[in-house]
Amino acid sequence: MAVYERTYSRYQGPLTSTSTRFLILPKYAFREVFASKWMLAFLVLCFVFPLWCCAVIYLSNNADFLALFPNLDITQFLKIDADFFFTFLQVQAWYAFFLSLFIGPGLVSRDLSNNGLPLYLSRPFSRVEYVVGKTTVLAIVLSAITWVVGLLLVTMQASFVGWGWLADNLRLVFGMFVGSWIWILTLSLMSLAISAWVRWRPVAAFAMFLVLLGGLFFGSTINLLFRTEVGDLLNLIKVIFVLWASLLGVDSGLETSVFSASVVLLLYWGGFLYMLNRKIRAYEVVS
Amino acid sequence: MDPVIQLDDLTVRFGNFEALKQVTGSFTGRAIGLLGPNGAGKTTLIHTLLGFYKPASGSARIFGKDLRTEQKEARSLVGYMPERDAFISGMSAVRFVRMMAELSGLPAKQALERTHEALYFVGLGEARYRPLETYSLGMKQRAKLAQALVHGPRLLFLDEPTNGLDPPGRERMIRLIKEIRDAGEVNLILSSHLLRDVEECCEEVLILKGGEIAYYCNLEEERSANRKFLELEIIGAAERFVEGARSLDIQCEQHGRRRVKMIMPPERKVRNLYELASEHNVQIRHLDYKKDSLQDIFDKAMREG
Repeated sequence: MAVYERTYSRYQGPLTSTSTRFLILPKYAFREVFASKWMLAFLVLCFVFPLWCCAVIYLSNNADFLALFPNLDITQFLKIDADFFFTFLQVQAWYAFFLSLFIGPGLVSRDLSNNGLPLYLSRPFSRVEYVVGKTTVLAIVLSAITWVVGLLLVTMQASFVGWGWLADNLRLVFGMFVGSWIWILTLSLMSLAISAWVRWRPVAAFAMFLVLLGGLFFGSTINLLFRTEVGDLLNLIKVIFVLWASLLGVDSGLETSVFSASVVLLLYWGGFLYMLNRKIRAYEVVS
Repeated sequence: MDPVIQLDDLTVRFGNFEALKQVTGSFTGRAIGLLGPNGAGKTTLIHTLLGFYKPASGSARIFGKDLRTEQKEARSLVGYMPERDAFISGMSAVRFVRMMAELSGLPAKQALERTHEALYFVGLGEARYRPLETYSLGMKQRAKLAQALVHGPRLLFLDEPTNGLDPPGRERMIRLIKEIRDAGEVNLILSSHLLRDVEECCEEVLILKGGEIAYYCNLEEERSANRKFLELEIIGAAERFVEGARSLDIQCEQHGRRRVKMIMPPERKVRNLYELASEHNVQIRHLDYKKDSLQDIFDKAMREG
């Protein structure tokens, strides 16, 4: 149909695959996300620590640099091991959290505040695909600053030390990848769930802080009052900390078992999914 | 050929409330008007056909696609223009409609091409790069129509398309709907409170009442099947006048104290009515030949349904 004809005609051309249609959501969301200069500036800031890590790896493998300190065992300070990458993951996790504070709150609320959901869901596009599509927006951005740069650092170290190092430290690669994804999924589901319930962006961002720091506060209070460690299970940060330590093979210094931490994390995810299930509907039925 | 919509004992419940009660029917019209008072189940029926609500029992099919087992296939055949404001803030009309086209499965290039065409078609060509939240109500309605037809559906659900529009806006929307209908490539389901909208745009009408079908007819057939009747406005002893008319084998129906509908047998003439009026000292202030309007059909359905 040509524009000048201005008449209605059916579309009978080719259709895209239904399995990749959820990627349309991040495609359109990225333009909105990166329209903010603050957002771009913060994204650049997220790569400062990986650059620092990069420098550390380079220096720890640079014979000329090490020769500058003949009386000092500098390798003790510049040791590239599981602890190094554990620290890397912790720092980048906070950046990921702040990044999700920028991106997350508007992801679903924009669609809900203007009744946009029926338009998505009246098409061959399910609620699950909608949630997966929106999760992908955060997953792509957060991946770039967590496991992608993490694995680049691992590769860099392996290229300096020799590929045998990589074979000896495969657990590191696995831990970095899985640990990052645990955090990415947690942040994505939390952001979407809160975005679906709280439509005002600043309040949604505050609610995300509350979920993270509220658990820390309550958990610590319980620990203090009852002289126990059970309160750590309410603390999402510590739960994730235990899982990362276990994945990377370092000592977390916490009494919480990996099993309990996994169960608590699954409960958190279940809660977020329940919240999404209640809100991601074309129309709410008011009883 | 599969009917546009096939309903078999379709029941939809919200808690204990039955919004649709064992609705059964096969609808084949090119443009079907959905009428009924508030709470009759019009919007529930549309939402169920779009897969928003799961039927408690029974089944529904769109062009033969069962909504339980082939929901995605069924949805790929339909376009939906919701009743309420529905858009995504911060987006221009082009981005919004293009995204909706891509979500319906159109490749990016074709989606962009058809987006421009759809926006020109609904009359938003000049305003298509403006953010949607800056649009007037009429423009938002047209943007909703553009997103509903951009992917070229076979069936278009229009839920109160003229809601809140001023008379020129309404005229424009009705004209667009007629153009879509007359293009002959799409079937329409138009839900409206405004009988005039349905009368102007639809060939068939489905009247719902209390979650059940009260009446389903082809408007043209219904009109041609209707006998012409006389509508009179009288002043005076209406009851005696009506009794007198009945004694002349004239079918009468009195509406209030002054309005009377009459179907005359062939042997009677209007002159007889004037004679009768003179006899009973009744003034005939207005007399006109009429046929049942949609309003009459609707009223009858509400009384009898």
